[in-house]
Amino acid sequence: MTFFYLFGAVAVIASLLVIAQRNPIYSVLLLIASFGALSGLYVLLDAPFVAVTQIIVYAGAIMVLFLFVVMLLNAPHEDTEHDERVHPLRRPGPMRFGAALAVALVVELLWALTRAGSAGGAFPEGAVISVRAIGKSLFTDYAFPFEVTSLLILVAMVGAVILAKREARQ
Amino acid sequence: MSPTLNDYLILSAILFAIGTAGVFLRRNLITILLSIEIMLNAVNLSFVAFGRSFGTADGQIIVFFVMTVAAAEAAVGLAIVIGLFRHRESLNPDTFTSLKW
Repeated sequence: MTFFYLFGAVAVIASLLVIAQRNPIYSVLLLIASFGALSGLYVLLDAPFVAVTQIIVYAGAIMVLFLFVVMLLNAPHEDTEHDERVHPLRRPGPMRFGAALAVALVVELLWALTRAGSAGGAFPEGAVISVRAIGKSLFTDYAFPFEVTSLLILVAMVGAVILAKREARQ
Repeated sequence: MSPTLNDYLILSAILFAIGTAGVFLRRNLITILLSIEIMLNAVNLSFVAFGRSFGTADGQIIVFFVMTVAAAEAAVGLAIVIGLFRHRESLNPDTFTSLKW
């Protein structure tokens, strides 16, 4: 229980700081911290395969891609019609509406979860821990989605190359 | 006393709301994409918690697929961000009001 609260607090605080930072580089680094805490939560849930994949794929690959683009564009500050010195979360107008919608969402979700009653009780014994079971299920029951995933990655790769390509006439 | 399924779902709900707030509040395309990653991770957490609760491997497999989709989304989204920045020298989504220019 202690570790759950520790990792949960780190994940929530780091995520809050991600959306409160002005500089995108700090946002990306804080999101990596949040992903590390989530990886700890996956270990607590007896899912070591997901925990390791979280670190390697998310924190290792996807966040490096983000960091690479942030440094490539070199545009650290938000340019808005508002005063640059005012913190982004304290600006008036649509921001208030967005914050109200987010608060409404969290209240709604918590209300729905508190009405779950005894359905969301303690976890049963016998978790699927072994990577062997996951791989077996992935290549038998989920073989078709797995192949579609490879197609998705191919399409995304081609699309990214074409979108980011500098046009010849310029 | 060990954490129950409800605890994990509440944590997931809080993280998802933080990601939603980021999409609503921030005016920077890269931070908006990062907020979407927070939301995807919140959903991943609830998938793993449900899979643990039902005692099957399906939850962890779905997380595998979600991670793949997140990688594809990040690659295409960042390519679009680079293209937009090259045209307008800005990352503010309010600058991009037309679909074609």
